[in-house]
Amino acid sequence: MRLRGVLRIQALLGSTPRLRMAANSQRVEVTLETLLESVDLAESIVMRIAEASGFSEEDIHKIGMAVREGVINAYNYGNQQNRDKKIGLTVEISPETMTVRVLDQGKGFELHEVPDPLAEENLLRTSGRGLFLMRAFMDEFSVRPGQGGGAELVMVKKLPDAVSGNGASQPE
Amino acid sequence: MLQGTCREIGEIVIVDFSGKITLGEGSSTLRQTIRGLIDGGHRKIVLNLFDVDYIDSSGIGELVSGYTTVRNAEGEMKLLHLTKRVHDLLQITRLFTVFDVRSNEEEALRSFS
Repeated sequence: MRLRGVLRIQALLGSTPRLRMAANSQRVEVTLETLLESVDLAESIVMRIAEASGFSEEDIHKIGMAVREGVINAYNYGNQQNRDKKIGLTVEISPETMTVRVLDQGKGFELHEVPDPLAEENLLRTSGRGLFLMRAFMDEFSVRPGQGGGAELVMVKKLPDAVSGNGASQPE
Repeated sequence: MLQGTCREIGEIVIVDFSGKITLGEGSSTLRQTIRGLIDGGHRKIVLNLFDVDYIDSSGIGELVSGYTTVRNAEGEMKLLHLTKRVHDLLQITRLFTVFDVRSNEEEALRSFS
């Protein structure tokens, strides 16, 4: 399977996060604590999955950074650094795409209400670029209300095989 | 982790950075370094990012904050030797139009007014 290497991500996980993954699964779910350390952890996990899925080094970097920004958003803005709240991270591989979902337990937000960081009047703002970077580094990006509240960030990247269209996206 | 080493050339200070400027320690190190230089009376600062290949949105925010801090103190801050990833990041965020970015140290030194 494409995700054979993903099993090794368990070595990256300490006792804090909860991981659910079947041996043959194309879906990984991790429950992260609202801690600064969860940002690096989430990035590492998803980069390992991206690597096992055949993405290029540059795409792995972009995917990792997008996920990093998603978890920073959940940590800072969604959960307001409240350690009683959790951050849900889900990675799903389909024959054509890698989909990453980051779910917080905050109040949620509307994407159209977020100021444009590229607008002249916002260039010197010291925050507010995370959502823009997620959108820039992934093929699709959306925000929707999470089940039970909070915001769910959904990021999709086309698998390299799907992009090149060589049909090699079937499981081995 | 981010490390910065300061060199003084006349009244200009060049800080050679190595590591990542990301949420937490990296951003904090950058903030403290710039704050320390301003508090120490320095007004002409070059951030040499030759060995910094990763900056996240928090790090970008800290660069902007540093730029504003220096400017508010009537100083000048330049960026030197950007890696490709940092260069691309500043380009897509339009900050290339804000920062004075140089690729040559002598040119950076000459550019101060």
